[in-house]
Amino acid sequence: MAEEIKPEDLLKIDHRPPVRGWMNIPVEIKPGMHCHACEPARLEVVDFPNPRQWSAMDEDWKLPKDWKQIVMEGFEDRLERFRSFQLFMDICVRCGACADKCHFFIGSADPKNMPVMRAELLRSIYRRNFTASGKVFGVFAGGRDLNYDRIKEWWYYLYQCTECRRCSIFCPYGIDMAETTIIGRELTNLLGLNIDWIAAPVAFCYRTGNHLGIQPHAYKEMIEFFVDEIEDVTGVRCDPSFNRKGAEILFITPSGDVFADPGTWTCMGYIMLFHELGLDITWSTYASEGGNFGYFTSHEMAKRLNAKMYMEAKRLGVKWILGGECGHMWRVVNQYMDTFNGPADHLEVPENPLTGTVFENAKSTKMTHIMEFLADTIKNKKLKLDPSRNDQLKVTYHDSCNPARGMGLLEEPRYVIKSVCNNFYEMPHGTTREQTFCCGGGAGLNAGEDMELRFRGGLPRANAVKHVHEQYGVNMLSCVCAIDRAVFPALMEYWVPEVDVTGVCEMVANAMVLEGEKEKTVDLRNNPLPGRGDTEDV
Amino acid sequence: MNIILSLTVSFLAVFGLVVIAFLGVWAAHLDVLFGVIIPYLAVITFFVGIVYRVVKWGKCPVPFRIPSTCGQQKTLPWIKRTYVDKLDNPSNMLGVVGRMFLEVVCFRSLFRNLKLQFGDGQYVKYTSAKWLWLGAIVFHYSFLIVLIRHLRFFTDPLPLFVKVTENIDGFFQIFLPTLYQSGFLLGAAVTYLLLRRVLDAKLRFISLPADYFPLFLILGLLTTGILMRYVLKTDVVSIKELTMGLIHFNPVVPEGVSSLFYIHLFLVSVLFAYLPFSKLSHMAGVFLSPTRNLSNNNRMVRHINPWDYPVKVHTYEAYEDDFREKMRDAGLPLDKE
Repeated sequence: MAEEIKPEDLLKIDHRPPVRGWMNIPVEIKPGMHCHACEPARLEVVDFPNPRQWSAMDEDWKLPKDWKQIVMEGFEDRLERFRSFQLFMDICVRCGACADKCHFFIGSADPKNMPVMRAELLRSIYRRNFTASGKVFGVFAGGRDLNYDRIKEWWYYLYQCTECRRCSIFCPYGIDMAETTIIGRELTNLLGLNIDWIAAPVAFCYRTGNHLGIQPHAYKEMIEFFVDEIEDVTGVRCDPSFNRKGAEILFITPSGDVFADPGTWTCMGYIMLFHELGLDITWSTYASEGGNFGYFTSHEMAKRLNAKMYMEAKRLGVKWILGGECGHMWRVVNQYMDTFNGPADHLEVPENPLTGTVFENAKSTKMTHIMEFLADTIKNKKLKLDPSRNDQLKVTYHDSCNPARGMGLLEEPRYVIKSVCNNFYEMPHGTTREQTFCCGGGAGLNAGEDMELRFRGGLPRANAVKHVHEQYGVNMLSCVCAIDRAVFPALMEYWVPEVDVTGVCEMVANAMVLEGEKEKTVDLRNNPLPGRGDTEDV
Repeated sequence: MNIILSLTVSFLAVFGLVVIAFLGVWAAHLDVLFGVIIPYLAVITFFVGIVYRVVKWGKCPVPFRIPSTCGQQKTLPWIKRTYVDKLDNPSNMLGVVGRMFLEVVCFRSLFRNLKLQFGDGQYVKYTSAKWLWLGAIVFHYSFLIVLIRHLRFFTDPLPLFVKVTENIDGFFQIFLPTLYQSGFLLGAAVTYLLLRRVLDAKLRFISLPADYFPLFLILGLLTTGILMRYVLKTDVVSIKELTMGLIHFNPVVPEGVSSLFYIHLFLVSVLFAYLPFSKLSHMAGVFLSPTRNLSNNNRMVRHINPWDYPVKVHTYEAYEDDFREKMRDAGLPLDKE
């Protein structure tokens, strides 16, 4: 397993590809570099084709008999429906600007992980089958025939892309590998080829409302458990409500925050924040997922899962939706939701009840990011904050790919962080903001069996963290993404074990001076506060 | 297809074109074919092809608004957005026009390019890498200037902008005939673009014959052009007679035009005809890229997907049916008791 490979051995890679041409290099499916194949039951829940037991390590992937025809028809259909896809198949000049921008290429040196190459895996099939030159000149026009091995190659490399879009900002034509991956994955799903780490959350989310399959009563219990924890630390009893009709605001966040550390502390942060601000807000057990693994499956599945947000907002009669910290959730909310399931005429333009600020930038979608909301609230001094409560932290901030490159949420979280902690350090230029690096586990690749892939893909990010750790003594990596919070602890443990991971709202909660709080000695993690805890002067 | 084969195939293809033109004119005396028919066909192919391409792309719907955002979004009024933010993450049409202008005219995204430095101490590092940007800028602009200069062969009297371009291009009047910098810059840029494909292992790996072929073709064009202008001194008057005939749809094939000119003209014809069917169509495609030519106003203005269709969803009613007992026991509100 990857945990047993020493970091220095993992780094022994050579970024110079072989001299041999790539077209006939057969795909080698390596353990640790891919996720488990999807279980048939997952596909049945959402009526996806070809449910069966299979494994990527097997010779036979049990494709449907007419798989070739299915792929070709699916390909043609998408060329007609997506200008992006048609254009990106046609205009790449292979200038190579994207080649060394992909975190998977940087960490693995597998030449087919160069974004241009990953796209060429599809483009070569496109040229052979859908262009005149490819049909006539074949391989000389860069065409390749579709065969069984190439389907495997697609699957292997399309599920080694985290749809982070870093390559797309360097492309002179804006060719977006994420878009190609999304559509490529749609094609693999036509054959029943997915990974279980995506297919299972999709199936769960469809039925229970969240990726983790948490049922309504359990969801409520987990949040109530957090309420007890908060009371232990602060002496303040919060009272979150669930599925409450007539609330002003519906709050939706990734279920990962309810489930595992360090997301849970971020979740406690939300609860405390809403309590302290006295918001008329409700949680939903039905729309209990902000994330959308459907988006890693197909546009249609993304729409099917996303529908719950507006449906639940309508049923509860809320005025607007507040969204928690999540990466791809916000790409979907910002760039797709209104198109998928709008118009949200049943909602009103979000307005901060404390400050009166109207979020004009969300006037159609009617959903506001918690960082936008918090920045506004803090700016208007509606929160009592004591940043010194975070003085034990030396914080850096990881821009999550999707809010950075699919939205532009850059300053809001920074403003919030700087308001709640005194020690903030940026990572080096070229690794932050729109040029941020993926955590290595986005787009559904944060499984346990592909640890080597994750460690390799996370290398550039971890390296930047290591840099600020060594330079400034940074000991906390903050982020606004649930997948980050799930992926980074293992990544940091491997590359920079001195650095811990936190959501921004956790730091906000720790800095908050709650009304009626007891004298706090520990933070939400039960770590002693600087200058206050038992370990004072130790 | 490896580097050797790719290079060989594309070089032979261009060499073959030269031989065809040479033999066609010199041995078979097909001056009319190479001087009139093929150029006309090529231009027709170019226009029809590029229109077909653009119409095909244009007819293709844009179901989602998916700009890549490269700067601070427009949110709260007090959150500062610099001009760079407004251009790299446009929130309105003006911003998009600015972004596209920078992209098309200044190659904005290539200017952002970085180079990976791997190994030694800090393992991953990035250094500025503007060479590709510079090479691309020099290549495209000198090509444009060469193209404008060639309008001399198709206009009478000469339009002012052509004269101005010629004067600027020939600023250093060191030799006679005036040495045009654009031709040599173009040569340098093409050579750079070719060399980086051959010498950089990553580029070598991703390059296809379709990448080498246009470079060789342009090198062929350049060589024949430079030979004609500076070395072999072709009969410019006859050539202008021919080109003016072409432009006025009154083709004449004067005597005494060298084979070299026909080779040059044939290569141009091939380039024109090849363009719409190859990666060179990026020339038109760049304008249509949905990650660049849309504003990031998704939450302000609803984008419509023209082929949107209803999908199967799991409704709240179905959800409550699944979990009613558990929800009741947990004290969660129910729609149906």
